[in-house]
Amino acid sequence: MTESMILALIGGILIGLSSTTMLGGIGRITGISGILGMSLGKIQAEHLWRYAFLGGLIVGGIGMLISNPQYFDYQLDLPPAQYIIAGLIVGYGTRLGSGCTSGHGVCGISRTAKRSIVATLVFMLFGIITVAVQRILL
Amino acid sequence: MKSTLVAFVSGIIFSVGLVISGMVNPHKVIGFLDIFGEWDISLMFVMGGAVTFNLIAFRLVTKRKEPFFSADWHLPTSTDLDKKLLIGSALFGIGWGIAGICPGPGIVNLVTLKPEAIYFVASLVVGMILFHLTKSVWEK
Repeated sequence: MTESMILALIGGILIGLSSTTMLGGIGRITGISGILGMSLGKIQAEHLWRYAFLGGLIVGGIGMLISNPQYFDYQLDLPPAQYIIAGLIVGYGTRLGSGCTSGHGVCGISRTAKRSIVATLVFMLFGIITVAVQRILL
Repeated sequence: MKSTLVAFVSGIIFSVGLVISGMVNPHKVIGFLDIFGEWDISLMFVMGGAVTFNLIAFRLVTKRKEPFFSADWHLPTSTDLDKKLLIGSALFGIGWGIAGICPGPGIVNLVTLKPEAIYFVASLVVGMILFHLTKSVWEK
């Protein structure tokens, strides 16, 4: 195994630990698109766990940026329009499809939920096709 | 209060996992999706690690009558493979392939204050709001 595979595995286990803590602790699925989407409306006490989780994402990111900045040693070097288009499609699509990599990919597959297994296969397939098409066109 | 703390700590752990694993780096994500090019399979271990852990741990924690710090389970019950699921997931895959960023890593990337990360998350939010406004179209 290469170093990046080992780091990926460690990171993956941490993601598992986090989503298991969410499920066992508060009975929730850790689906980040759902957590963000539901947080966007009126501020309500029932969303407190969602705000807290999102805050944790930011705090964890800041901690890593300070302690291990080498992990952020990459550029976001596509044309800005590509990030905007991607963001719009990902935002719309994940809400329409009720989940993203975390909710369907990490949690749903682990619950052996049929919808999540299909969703993950579909978004992986379309991700692969999109990258392949860009490779040909650009 | 406890449930808020559990979610906050889980968010931190999740974020550290995304950073260490390389999921926050869109170049790695594109490399992972680029199976016809220079395929970088390392990110397979992220989902592999997380799912393997959860396959065991989810079963253990859901044996309890209720979660540790909450009165109820909040689990999805739908089993339909409807067009919303399929079209939504296809759209997500396309967007993921365009920039190499999914929602979690997008949010974590905000801490770099790179303008592109901010463009992505701002558009992500707008896309979610657009869905909310057009939700009824899909109910037919």
